[in-house]
Amino acid sequence: MTGDTTTARHVRPYGDTKGDGMVQTSFTLPVPHGPRAEGAALLLAGKMGIDPAMVVHSHAIGPDFTFFVVYGSVRHVVDLDEVEVIEREYPLLPPGEVNSAVKKLLRRKLVVVGACIGTDAHTVGIDAILNIKGFAGEKGLEYYRELRVVNLGAQVTVPDLVKRARAEKADAVLVSQVVTQRDAHILNTQEMSAAFREAMGQRRPLLVAGGPRFDPRMAAELGVDRVFSRGTTPGEVASYLTHAISQRKEAV
Amino acid sequence: MALLDLDPAVVATARRLAAEAAAPVIGIARSHTTVSVERATLRLAGITGADSTHRASDVPWVNRVVDTVAAHCGLEHGVCLPVFDALRRHDLTSLTELAEATAAGQVTYALPTGRDATRAAKAARTAIAKGLRTVDRNRAQRDKLVERHGDPARRPWIYLIVATGDIDEDVVQAANAARAGADIIAVIRSTGQSLLDYVPEGATHHGFAGTYATQENFRIMRAAMDDVSKEVGRYIRLTNYASGLCMPEIAVLAGLQRLDMMLNDSMYGILFRDINPIRTFVDQRFSRQVHARAGIIINTGEDNYLTTDDAVDAAHTVTVSQLLNEHFAHEAGLPDHLLGLGHAFEINPKLPDSFRLELAHALLARELFPDAPLKWMPPTKHMTGDVFNGYLLDGFFNLAGVLTGQSILLVGMMTEAVATPFLSDRDLALANVRYVLDAAGGLAEDFRPAPDGLIVKRAHQVLGEAVDLLERVKADGLLNAIAEGTFGLMKRPADQGKGADGVIAKADDYTNPAVDLLEEGATR
Repeated sequence: MTGDTTTARHVRPYGDTKGDGMVQTSFTLPVPHGPRAEGAALLLAGKMGIDPAMVVHSHAIGPDFTFFVVYGSVRHVVDLDEVEVIEREYPLLPPGEVNSAVKKLLRRKLVVVGACIGTDAHTVGIDAILNIKGFAGEKGLEYYRELRVVNLGAQVTVPDLVKRARAEKADAVLVSQVVTQRDAHILNTQEMSAAFREAMGQRRPLLVAGGPRFDPRMAAELGVDRVFSRGTTPGEVASYLTHAISQRKEAV
Repeated sequence: MALLDLDPAVVATARRLAAEAAAPVIGIARSHTTVSVERATLRLAGITGADSTHRASDVPWVNRVVDTVAAHCGLEHGVCLPVFDALRRHDLTSLTELAEATAAGQVTYALPTGRDATRAAKAARTAIAKGLRTVDRNRAQRDKLVERHGDPARRPWIYLIVATGDIDEDVVQAANAARAGADIIAVIRSTGQSLLDYVPEGATHHGFAGTYATQENFRIMRAAMDDVSKEVGRYIRLTNYASGLCMPEIAVLAGLQRLDMMLNDSMYGILFRDINPIRTFVDQRFSRQVHARAGIIINTGEDNYLTTDDAVDAAHTVTVSQLLNEHFAHEAGLPDHLLGLGHAFEINPKLPDSFRLELAHALLARELFPDAPLKWMPPTKHMTGDVFNGYLLDGFFNLAGVLTGQSILLVGMMTEAVATPFLSDRDLALANVRYVLDAAGGLAEDFRPAPDGLIVKRAHQVLGEAVDLLERVKADGLLNAIAEGTFGLMKRPADQGKGADGVIAKADDYTNPAVDLLEEGATR
């Protein structure tokens, strides 16, 4: 709040006058261009809470679709006290800052070993996070100068994973589970974390599980340090690893 | 219309250095084969379909056969002699029957000698030549259809991407895109297909952020676009990806199903997918020979370097890669008019004079490769989700494209980095292109950068840096340069990466009639 002590608890969108509620939106309806389509757009806008709504532009996209730009005032009010912000426990860092933080913390490269475990052959997730090609416009962890990435690929057995993680002196192990049957993704991940605990105890690497069917609140149940779900980007994972490694250093 | 006054001697030096840098790699490509080259050969010979009874779900017959030959007698002699010898010994009538018998464990492969070898080689050549004649017929058919329906009325050709994951939805989106003005439709592949060491089978409906490249999907899309071509009165070209671990096989499938353009870069898989460098160079050479035969325009992937490295600092790496791609392509038999060398509009728009620098880089590519159908790629790195600003940036990208005479323009989406494009995003993006082409399509005629201005100087500087880098690459060896992270900042040692175990040094008696027929240009 930039010195504005009068920020109201209840707010509406701002067009050019306080409280006018003005928004603009655009969408396409599968209706041929014409008065009927325009009427449908107005009806939809009304249901979206835009009242009164104005279709300021429409044009045909082919014979079956119409595109609309709609302006209007929304009747909704937002109570700022109802806003819930899910706090990320770590700050999002750009690649440059991840690199310099890792360099300062470890004075060597941070080693990340990644794999799809069990029978899952879908490396889509782990590759999106690790490969330089990346995901959602963000480069994968390979792009980070201070990270050394070992991607073991698909169908890696848990004993192999533990062995490789030890051999590579991994700071973090990322496992991905994309296509699973019943609760295989949960069982596989629990097997993995148990194996690391047994083999390495407190000196085990950070364990991170990821996949569309995981719930981020399941970390304790799975025995891992962090769970990432659908839509996670490489930058989030890199930022988390930096944060977690620094926490570990502090704890030692 | 030389606007940059490039020194022909410097340009010739750049080409000579690229050829010298590429020569050792071409030697390696000639002296090795890969599992995918052998599978591609069997696809040309007529094997289709997959073993649907296998426990790991559908395994293509070509994989079953090549893996079995590798286990029984190795692949260093090529797959053709053992396969066609087994076909005769077991008295089977088709390769598919042989594949079924192979899966059932009834076939033992061995390298034939003497008359048996001669006979097997002859049978292989006959079968593969038949496949190549299909490729030849498709090429002739394309020429005929282009003549009948016509080429797009103006340049650049407008290239649009569809990527629904479901081939049936792709057909709907592609047809709409063509009706709205697209000249070329590219079907993006499912994420991760490049790392599959087999080509999936059949029509597919569940891709991840794209649709699997399969022979049946190719056929479905080609048939649909032929219908649309008739409707819109111009030949709609179709694009897919001959890249990843199955590059040679996908090139063959593209030739068999009359695709018109294929993404096919000499180094992309190495750098961005961590595929073994030798595997890539061997696969690339064979796939380019097939593309040359099929009259398919290749699209190279230099735009990708600029998404990982800085578009100003690394501009010369694009030029170096274009020169290498050109040399590898020429060596494989591709003429200039099939060389869709890539480059991109990726300079940070907050940098002062960014548009002038873009013009310099785009013009440099145009003048270095005057006869190549250059592919001009839109901004992605600096598309932030601010769709309004993105629309403006795409407008400038389009303007740079027409002003510098680019040949193929990949239509930029204002929703890049937000979502796969909505129907309306494509429509708005095409309106953007149309406006710029209508308003400024002829502006190139009036465009004369000042001889000592920023654009000309910058182009000379980039070419100079490219020559310096080529000197270093030649001195180090291309494979070492790749290992050291020269391109796109990626370090890829020659003995590592995916698919390395599928590379085989050829024995002296290596036999592959496909390679012979492609190099001879023969049809029998």
